[in-house]
Amino acid sequence: MTMKASTRQVDGITVVDLSGRITLGEGSVVLRDNVRELLAQGHKKILLNLGDVTYIDSSGIGELVSGFTSVRNQGGELKLLNLTKKVHDLLQITKLYTVFDIKDDEASAIAAFK
Amino acid sequence: MKKMTAHRVSYTLDSSLDSVNKAEEEATKMAMRSGFDEDEAGRISMAVREATVNAVLHGNHYDTNKRVSLSFENTGNELVITVQDQGAGLDPNSVADPLAPDNLLKQSGRGIFLIRAFMDEVRFRNLEPGTEITLIKRVHATTSDHKEASQ
Repeated sequence: MTMKASTRQVDGITVVDLSGRITLGEGSVVLRDNVRELLAQGHKKILLNLGDVTYIDSSGIGELVSGFTSVRNQGGELKLLNLTKKVHDLLQITKLYTVFDIKDDEASAIAAFK
Repeated sequence: MKKMTAHRVSYTLDSSLDSVNKAEEEATKMAMRSGFDEDEAGRISMAVREATVNAVLHGNHYDTNKRVSLSFENTGNELVITVQDQGAGLDPNSVADPLAPDNLLKQSGRGIFLIRAFMDEVRFRNLEPGTEITLIKRVHATTSDHKEASQ
Protein backbone atom coordinates (compact mmCIF):
# COMPACT_ATOMS: atom_id res chain seq x y z
CA MET A 1 0.00 0.00 0.00
CA THR A 2 1.45 3.34 -0.98
CA MET A 3 1.28 6.32 1.31
CA LYS A 4 -1.43 8.94 1.15
CA ALA A 5 -1.43 12.33 2.79
CA SER A 6 -4.30 14.79 3.19
CA THR A 7 -4.13 18.14 4.89
CA ARG A 8 -6.70 20.08 6.92
CA GLN A 9 -6.68 23.15 9.13
CA VAL A 10 -7.85 23.02 12.76
CA ASP A 11 -7.63 26.21 14.87
CA GLY A 12 -4.64 27.48 12.92
CA ILE A 13 -2.81 24.15 13.08
CA THR A 14 -2.14 22.13 9.94
CA VAL A 15 -3.10 18.51 10.49
CA VAL A 16 -1.62 16.06 7.99
CA ASP A 17 -3.45 12.72 7.97
CA LEU A 18 -1.04 10.06 6.72
CA SER A 19 -1.95 6.53 5.76
CA GLY A 20 -0.05 3.55 4.38
CA ARG A 21 3.68 2.94 4.47
CA ILE A 22 6.44 5.50 5.03
CA THR A 23 9.37 3.70 3.47
CA LEU A 24 12.33 4.36 1.17
CA GLY A 25 10.97 5.64 -2.12
CA GLU A 26 7.45 6.88 -2.55
CA GLY A 27 6.27 7.11 1.08
CA SER A 28 9.26 9.08 2.28
CA VAL A 29 9.05 11.40 -0.73
CA VAL A 30 5.36 12.13 -0.14
CA LEU A 31 6.06 13.08 3.48
CA ARG A 32 9.07 15.20 2.54
CA ASP A 33 7.18 17.06 -0.19
CA ASN A 34 4.21 17.70 2.07
CA VAL A 35 6.30 19.23 4.84
CA ARG A 36 8.32 21.31 2.36
CA GLU A 37 5.17 22.60 0.69
CA LEU A 38 3.55 23.50 4.00
CA LEU A 39 6.65 25.40 5.12
CA ALA A 40 6.82 27.20 1.76
CA GLN A 41 3.20 28.26 2.28
CA GLY A 42 4.04 29.59 5.73
CA HIS A 43 2.37 26.81 7.70
CA LYS A 44 4.75 26.22 10.60
CA LYS A 45 2.51 24.47 13.11
CA ILE A 46 2.17 20.94 11.83
CA LEU A 47 0.56 17.90 13.41
CA LEU A 48 1.33 14.61 11.67
CA ASN A 49 -1.44 12.11 12.29
CA LEU A 50 0.18 8.66 11.98
CA GLY A 51 -2.88 6.70 13.08
CA ASP A 52 -3.26 4.96 9.74
CA VAL A 53 0.45 4.48 9.05
CA THR A 54 0.86 0.71 8.85
CA TYR A 55 4.62 0.50 8.45
CA ILE A 56 7.67 2.69 8.70
CA ASP A 57 11.32 1.83 7.95
CA SER A 58 14.58 3.60 8.80
CA SER A 59 14.13 5.87 5.79
CA GLY A 60 10.68 6.85 7.05
CA ILE A 61 12.05 7.49 10.52
CA GLY A 62 14.72 9.66 8.91
CA GLU A 63 12.05 11.61 7.06
CA LEU A 64 10.14 12.26 10.30
CA VAL A 65 13.36 13.53 11.89
CA SER A 66 14.12 15.66 8.85
CA GLY A 67 10.62 17.15 8.91
CA PHE A 68 10.95 17.86 12.62
CA THR A 69 14.27 19.70 12.23
CA SER A 70 13.16 21.58 9.09
CA VAL A 71 10.08 22.93 10.86
CA ARG A 72 12.00 23.75 14.02
CA ASN A 73 14.72 25.55 12.06
CA GLN A 74 12.05 27.82 10.65
CA GLY A 75 10.72 28.63 14.09
CA GLY A 76 7.79 26.25 13.89
CA GLU A 77 6.60 23.13 15.66
CA LEU A 78 5.96 19.62 14.39
CA LYS A 79 4.18 17.12 16.62
CA LEU A 80 3.08 13.53 16.14
CA LEU A 81 -0.38 12.11 16.78
CA ASN A 82 -1.83 8.60 17.16
CA LEU A 83 1.23 6.36 16.91
CA THR A 84 0.54 2.69 16.24
CA LYS A 85 2.33 0.24 18.51
CA LYS A 86 4.86 -0.59 15.78
CA VAL A 87 5.78 3.05 15.19
CA HIS A 88 5.81 3.73 18.93
CA ASP A 89 8.23 0.83 19.49
CA LEU A 90 10.51 1.99 16.67
CA LEU A 91 10.70 5.52 18.07
CA GLN A 92 11.51 4.10 21.50
CA ILE A 93 14.26 1.83 20.19
CA THR A 94 15.82 4.72 18.28
CA LYS A 95 15.50 7.05 21.32
CA LEU A 96 13.37 9.45 19.30
CA TYR A 97 10.34 9.04 21.51
CA THR A 98 11.63 11.78 23.80
CA VAL A 99 12.66 14.02 20.91
CA PHE A 100 9.20 14.29 19.37
CA ASP A 101 6.19 15.72 21.14
CA ILE A 102 3.76 12.80 20.79
CA LYS A 103 0.05 12.99 21.54
CA ASP A 104 -2.73 10.43 21.72
CA ASP A 105 -5.72 12.63 20.97
CA GLU A 106 -6.16 15.43 18.49
CA ALA A 107 -7.77 17.98 20.80
CA SER A 108 -4.91 17.94 23.30
CA ALA A 109 -2.40 17.91 20.46
CA ILE A 110 -3.96 21.03 18.95
CA ALA A 111 -4.08 22.70 22.37
CA ALA A 112 -0.38 21.89 22.95
CA PHE A 113 0.79 24.18 20.13
CA LYS A 114 1.96 27.54 21.43
CA MET B 1 15.30 -16.06 -10.13
CA LYS B 2 14.43 -18.47 -7.32
CA LYS B 3 16.16 -21.70 -6.27
CA MET B 4 14.80 -23.97 -3.58
CA THR B 5 16.14 -26.90 -1.63
CA ALA B 6 14.54 -28.70 1.29
CA HIS B 7 15.54 -26.14 3.90
CA ARG B 8 16.99 -23.29 1.89
CA VAL B 9 15.55 -20.75 -0.54
CA SER B 10 17.68 -18.29 -2.46
CA TYR B 11 16.96 -15.39 -4.78
CA THR B 12 18.97 -13.28 -7.17
CA LEU B 13 17.51 -9.79 -7.28
CA ASP B 14 17.99 -6.59 -9.29
CA SER B 15 19.39 -3.53 -7.55
CA SER B 16 16.01 -1.84 -7.28
CA LEU B 17 13.41 -0.76 -4.77
CA ASP B 18 11.14 -3.53 -6.05
CA SER B 19 13.75 -6.00 -4.80
CA VAL B 20 13.64 -4.40 -1.37
CA ASN B 21 9.88 -4.92 -1.20
CA LYS B 22 10.23 -8.47 -2.53
CA ALA B 23 12.87 -9.31 0.10
CA GLU B 24 10.62 -7.95 2.85
CA GLU B 25 7.62 -9.98 1.62
CA GLU B 26 9.60 -13.21 1.35
CA ALA B 27 11.12 -12.65 4.80
CA THR B 28 7.65 -12.30 6.32
CA LYS B 29 6.49 -15.54 4.66
CA MET B 30 9.63 -17.43 5.66
CA ALA B 31 9.49 -16.19 9.25
CA MET B 32 5.84 -17.15 9.64
CA ARG B 33 6.55 -20.54 8.06
CA SER B 34 9.40 -21.00 10.55
CA GLY B 35 7.01 -20.55 13.46
CA PHE B 36 7.63 -16.96 14.49
CA ASP B 37 4.60 -14.98 15.59
CA GLU B 38 3.39 -11.91 13.71
CA ASP B 39 5.38 -9.42 15.81
CA GLU B 40 8.64 -11.39 15.49
CA ALA B 41 8.03 -11.94 11.78
CA GLY B 42 7.55 -8.18 11.43
CA ARG B 43 10.88 -7.50 13.12
CA ILE B 44 12.68 -10.12 11.02
CA SER B 45 11.20 -8.76 7.80
CA MET B 46 12.19 -5.22 8.76
CA ALA B 47 15.78 -6.38 9.42
CA VAL B 48 15.81 -8.05 5.98
CA ARG B 49 14.33 -4.94 4.40
CA GLU B 50 17.03 -2.75 5.96
CA ALA B 51 19.80 -5.16 4.91
CA THR B 52 18.45 -5.21 1.35
CA VAL B 53 18.16 -1.41 1.28
CA ASN B 54 21.83 -1.24 2.28
CA ALA B 55 22.75 -3.72 -0.47
CA VAL B 56 20.74 -1.99 -3.20
CA LEU B 57 21.41 1.61 -2.19
CA HIS B 58 24.77 1.78 -0.42
CA GLY B 59 26.37 -1.37 -1.85
CA ASN B 60 25.28 -1.55 -5.47
CA HIS B 61 24.16 2.10 -5.81
CA TYR B 62 21.14 0.99 -7.91
CA ASP B 63 23.59 -0.28 -10.57
CA THR B 64 21.50 -2.31 -13.04
CA ASN B 65 24.52 -4.52 -13.77
CA LYS B 66 24.90 -5.56 -10.14
CA ARG B 67 22.77 -8.09 -8.31
CA VAL B 68 21.70 -8.75 -4.74
CA SER B 69 21.70 -12.33 -3.49
CA LEU B 70 19.25 -13.25 -0.78
CA SER B 71 18.90 -16.58 0.99
CA PHE B 72 16.80 -18.00 3.80
CA GLU B 73 17.68 -21.20 5.61
CA ASN B 74 15.74 -22.83 8.41
CA THR B 75 18.19 -25.05 10.23
CA GLY B 76 15.58 -26.33 12.64
CA ASN B 77 16.55 -24.10 15.52
CA GLU B 78 17.60 -20.97 13.63
CA LEU B 79 16.42 -18.91 10.71
CA VAL B 80 19.59 -17.85 8.89
CA ILE B 81 19.28 -15.11 6.29
CA THR B 82 22.07 -13.79 4.10
CA VAL B 83 22.08 -10.70 1.89
CA GLN B 84 25.00 -10.14 -0.48
CA ASP B 85 25.78 -7.16 -2.68
CA GLN B 86 28.48 -6.50 -5.27
CA GLY B 87 29.55 -3.12 -3.99
CA ALA B 88 32.82 -1.71 -2.71
CA GLY B 89 32.48 -3.22 0.75
CA LEU B 90 31.34 -2.00 4.13
CA ASP B 91 33.20 -1.61 7.40
CA PRO B 92 30.47 -2.09 10.02
CA ASN B 93 32.74 -0.58 12.67
CA SER B 94 32.74 2.71 10.76
CA VAL B 95 28.99 3.13 11.14
CA ALA B 96 28.22 5.84 13.67
CA ASP B 97 26.04 5.13 16.72
CA PRO B 98 22.61 6.61 15.85
CA LEU B 99 21.78 6.89 19.57
CA ALA B 100 24.68 9.23 20.31
CA PRO B 101 23.38 12.71 21.14
CA ASP B 102 25.15 14.24 18.14
CA ASN B 103 23.57 11.69 15.78
CA LEU B 104 20.06 11.49 17.20
CA LEU B 105 18.65 14.05 14.77
CA LYS B 106 20.52 12.82 11.70
CA GLN B 107 18.30 11.76 8.84
CA SER B 108 20.07 8.47 8.10
CA GLY B 109 22.27 5.85 9.77
CA ARG B 110 19.69 3.74 11.64
CA GLY B 111 19.48 0.71 9.33
CA ILE B 112 22.24 -1.45 10.80
CA PHE B 113 21.24 -0.42 14.30
CA LEU B 114 17.68 -1.69 13.69
CA ILE B 115 18.99 -4.92 12.14
CA ARG B 116 21.07 -5.57 15.26
CA ALA B 117 18.14 -4.68 17.51
CA PHE B 118 15.77 -7.11 15.79
CA MET B 119 18.01 -10.14 15.21
CA ASP B 120 19.79 -12.44 17.68
CA GLU B 121 23.07 -12.41 15.77
CA VAL B 122 24.44 -10.30 12.90
CA ARG B 123 27.67 -10.96 11.01
CA PHE B 124 29.40 -9.07 8.23
CA ARG B 125 31.80 -10.56 5.70
CA ASN B 126 33.82 -8.72 3.10
CA LEU B 127 33.50 -10.57 -0.22
CA GLU B 128 36.06 -8.42 -2.07
CA PRO B 129 34.18 -7.07 -3.84
CA GLY B 130 30.89 -6.89 -2.05
CA THR B 131 29.50 -7.38 1.40
CA GLU B 132 27.59 -10.27 2.92
CA ILE B 133 25.46 -9.74 5.96
CA THR B 134 24.17 -12.76 7.85
CA LEU B 135 21.11 -12.34 10.05
CA ILE B 136 20.26 -15.05 12.55
CA LYS B 137 17.09 -15.46 14.56
CA ARG B 138 16.75 -18.38 16.91
CA VAL B 139 13.53 -20.29 16.77
CA HIS B 140 12.22 -20.12 20.31
CA ALA B 141 9.70 -22.58 21.67
CA THR B 142 6.11 -21.46 21.21
CA THR B 143 3.86 -20.67 24.15
CA SER B 144 2.08 -24.01 23.78
CA ASP B 145 5.45 -25.80 23.76
CA HIS B 146 6.32 -24.07 27.02
CA LYS B 147 3.03 -25.20 28.51
CA GLU B 148 3.55 -28.76 27.36
CA ALA B 149 7.11 -28.76 28.66
CA SER B 150 6.01 -27.55 32.08
CA GLN B 151 3.28 -30.15 32.44
